[in-house]
Amino acid sequence: MNVIRGRVWKFGDNIDTDVIIPFKYKARTIDPKELAQHVMEGIDPDFSKKVKPGDIIVAGKNFGCGSSREQAPLAIKAAGIAAVVAESFARIFFRNAINIGLPVLEVKGIFEKTDSGDLLEIDLSQGMVKNLSKGLTFKAAPMPDMLMEILKEGGLVNYLKKHRARSQ
Amino acid sequence: MNLKEVLDNEELTFAEKILTIKQVEPKELKRAGEITIASVDLAAGQDGTTPLAIKVFEEMGGEKVWDPSKILFVIDHTYPSSSAEISNLHKLMRSFASKQGIRVVEGSIIHQVILEEYAMPGMLIVGADSHTTTHGAVGAFATGIGSTELAAVMLEGKIWLKVPSTIRVHLEGSLPKGVYAKDIALHVIGEIGADGANYKSIEWTGGTLSELSVASRATLCNMSMEAGAKNAVVEYDAVTEEYLRELGRSPMVIVKSGRKAEVEDELYIECPKLEPVVAAPSRVDNVKPVREVEGTPIDQAFIGSCTNGRLEDLIEVAKILKGRKVKEGVRLIITPASRKVYMDALKLGVLETLLEAGAIITNSTCGACVGTHLGVLGEGEVAISSSNRNFVGRMGHPSSKVYLASPATVAASAIKGVITDPREFL
Repeated sequence: MNVIRGRVWKFGDNIDTDVIIPFKYKARTIDPKELAQHVMEGIDPDFSKKVKPGDIIVAGKNFGCGSSREQAPLAIKAAGIAAVVAESFARIFFRNAINIGLPVLEVKGIFEKTDSGDLLEIDLSQGMVKNLSKGLTFKAAPMPDMLMEILKEGGLVNYLKKHRARSQ
Repeated sequence: MNLKEVLDNEELTFAEKILTIKQVEPKELKRAGEITIASVDLAAGQDGTTPLAIKVFEEMGGEKVWDPSKILFVIDHTYPSSSAEISNLHKLMRSFASKQGIRVVEGSIIHQVILEEYAMPGMLIVGADSHTTTHGAVGAFATGIGSTELAAVMLEGKIWLKVPSTIRVHLEGSLPKGVYAKDIALHVIGEIGADGANYKSIEWTGGTLSELSVASRATLCNMSMEAGAKNAVVEYDAVTEEYLRELGRSPMVIVKSGRKAEVEDELYIECPKLEPVVAAPSRVDNVKPVREVEGTPIDQAFIGSCTNGRLEDLIEVAKILKGRKVKEGVRLIITPASRKVYMDALKLGVLETLLEAGAIITNSTCGACVGTHLGVLGEGEVAISSSNRNFVGRMGHPSSKVYLASPATVAASAIKGVITDPREFL
């Protein structure tokens, strides 16, 4: 999972958890596949039908603001999105995404220079993002080692399993 | 490391002090930007987040939780359940809790339960609900987490946290008539933006606080989340002391921010100059004076939520509604924040005043605030609400619109059927 390559879906600033996955859906199920059918419905009702496995979301600032619902990154991941790249993230969304193993990268300046449909290549371990369609390279904000390890393990569940097995 | 020296250090912020002393192994000072592994004093979850945490706990191979007495489940978001699917998730919470010896509270809002029964100065509280920041109102460090993290905390009792940098908001002078903690919070969010305090700690300070009850302070700390704050805090003082004494609790440890501590930003608010405000659709930082939107027709008025559904809110609303009627065709929905708030309001005769005015009183639940039941907005409908979010589709149909305001502004608007400045009725 070190290198991710996919097509861009672009969203704006302050994409909140209510538009990512409305409470009415997440109240009744914890099944990621069912949640995925409604992902981003508040902005684009057909998004879940259009998105393809491996696609990447590029957004402006404060992506994922609002509630602590982990169903937001879960729905995004279950819809097939391979990574979210944004100018900045709301803090709980960021933690939740790492914890469920959805790569999230904070990349300043990418929003203005990227369009929907562009092909991106993300090198997670190097923290580099290339826009292959436009021939541009961006550097992601460095991530603390511990978070990188959780992400590499595919999330906190696997990380803790491994960690606890080692310490016992 | 000497803990007293940490607490007395005038160069450390509240967040630096508390996250230093809460380290699993307190070895060194933790300054803003550093990562710490901290011991949790209370971990809480609600019905929107806990079912997933239970599933993940099991996936992690969890058998027994670390300490059931430090875990609290609250069924509040959709209570009583409005569908069989939701009932099944509630059942899952009850059966897991009963197996593990965890307390489940049903039919009071999580943050009100914690304020009434758990929160103490110096506690580290994590909650699988973003508005966990509320408990800074009594001097705790309280922050929101997700379901997987709640599962990990239930397993091990600890959490990694980056020590946040601090924004200090100084409130000076008395609040004018018709202006409340909610107006202060919205004003500040309007100034700094919906991500203005992202990842940061907000310290609410200044002379105005001596006039603000713990309930009002809870509104400030609760709404701090809407600027992205990791935690928010009001320092322990005589008001906190009195509040805890009445409830028969005392501080775990009193942590005060150092006077010489380096903070990232400081804001100065002259409270006498404030006026009633709203957050207009569909962003919490789209803040305007009420006068700029006065006359906007509304279909629904909602008073409730972890932000503004406390006894002092209902008393203020009753003052405005006394002897008056809700405009025909407008639904005024009032949802007390807890069973205790409900009972206290009943005994004081507040509910009678509200009912006489034509309000609908619901059981305590998150209800209308999250658009799940008891007041879901239809296509194109407009609401004014004392809750905390006005995002697209938050309270119902994606084309509905929500204005956020103080309970007084909501009540005044319910009487006239259009957005109204509450000072007209005070």
